[in-house]
Amino acid sequence: MSKFWDTFFNWPMILQTLPSLLKEGLLNTVLLAALSSVIGVVIGLIIAAGLMSERRWVRFPCRVYVDILRGLPHILSIYLIGQGLPLAGLTVFGNWTYGYAALAIGLVEASYMAEIFRSGFQGVDAGIVEAARSLGLSHFKTFRLVVFPVGLRRILPALTGQFILVIKGTALVYLLGLSTGEREMFAIAQDSAVNNASISPLVAAGVLYLALTIPLTYLVNAWDRRMRDGRRVPPVPVPTEGALA
Amino acid sequence: MTSSTKEHTMTGTTVRFEHIGKSFDGTPVLHDIDLVVAGGTTCVIGPSGSGKSTLLRCTNLLEKPDSGRVLIGSEVITDPKADVDRIRTRVGMVFQKFHLFPHYSVLDNVTLALRQVRGLGRDEAVEIARARLTSVGLAAFQDRRPAQLSGGQQQRVAIARALAMDPEVMLFDEATSALDPELVKGVLSVMRDLAGGGMTMIVVTHEMRFAREVASQVAFLDKGRLLETAPPDEFFDAPRSERLRAFLNEVL
Repeated sequence: MSKFWDTFFNWPMILQTLPSLLKEGLLNTVLLAALSSVIGVVIGLIIAAGLMSERRWVRFPCRVYVDILRGLPHILSIYLIGQGLPLAGLTVFGNWTYGYAALAIGLVEASYMAEIFRSGFQGVDAGIVEAARSLGLSHFKTFRLVVFPVGLRRILPALTGQFILVIKGTALVYLLGLSTGEREMFAIAQDSAVNNASISPLVAAGVLYLALTIPLTYLVNAWDRRMRDGRRVPPVPVPTEGALA
Repeated sequence: MTSSTKEHTMTGTTVRFEHIGKSFDGTPVLHDIDLVVAGGTTCVIGPSGSGKSTLLRCTNLLEKPDSGRVLIGSEVITDPKADVDRIRTRVGMVFQKFHLFPHYSVLDNVTLALRQVRGLGRDEAVEIARARLTSVGLAAFQDRRPAQLSGGQQQRVAIARALAMDPEVMLFDEATSALDPELVKGVLSVMRDLAGGGMTMIVVTHEMRFAREVASQVAFLDKGRLLETAPPDEFFDAPRSERLRAFLNEVL
């Protein structure tokens, strides 16, 4: 039994790894996740718009994009994009591995987010869209003021799940060979695990991942509930209609 | 008269349907409809699937007729070059299922188009919205969300939302059909007041009593054809067509 504890919960080992996990790893994981999410959301929205287009030649390439990137193992896509682009001379980020890593995760995430956005926007009650148009709101304003906010609310849980996947997905970029200072949590734990022949640093990293992902779920759920219920109605006046006349 | 001037008159704006034809996927739903709504309230009745809603929706171009013309005042709204968004500000519409914006408060539902279409500032829009909500008896509910209201209250907010744009014509598409019986009255009374105020209204309804008491003319649509148009007394007491007699026997 002590062997079990020593393998997973070797405290000196955990404490030794923790400073760099917190100082370097946590920051990089959060930063990478944030960058990738921005890329994923922006491109996802564009692809979603394409998927909803009435024109076949717009819809088709977007569909192909989604099918391919959702259909490949993430690790393969990340290699193809993160290693492939610079190798092919498309050095959009110069030597900044970080940039390629964020782009790779972002492009993969965009394919999932596009489908989530599409389902959310297309699921918005056609009646409220007609109501908005019947008031004279333009196509675009109807989207911005009605379809987008209502659709977003519907997909918030799915989107949260996706952001959690992004956070976890950042662990894969250690494959691209991040330099010191750029390493995210998994890379640091992995290095330490190899150097010290111990699994414990990975356990430490795991706890930190959970510290990110679990609160995120609860935070979004709380936000979701607040938006659903609207502003708190003051409990005192429940005006009866007779009293209003 | 030009189309840019508002054509409010004592008798209200005239809506003309000229030879309207419409098909969905090859299935004809409206055949050569000719109808003049010269102000006042026109109730459109008929069995379900008769094309009543489609005709109504042609009035604000939620549907585009395949043939024929629709005129509001002197403006041909079916003109391909017509500015659809501007035309819709002249026509208010109330739907069977209310269709309030679920993410906005009652007040914001009413101010949305005032601000985003009319371009009014917040204070001015709120002032108009409050007045409209007061006129439907719901000013005290302005901070609620639609989901916190009864169906009847939601429908009255929907009416206030449409009225806030100061339309010349109001369309009601079975506005009370989705309501519990005890909530119908409140909505009908708002519609009655509106009709009394001289608004031009086209009302698709199954409420025969409302049609008899409020309408200046009643139109009967069956299988996409306009079979009869008459003042309510004549319409209900001396129907000319066999089909209308049969329909009235069913529903009265």
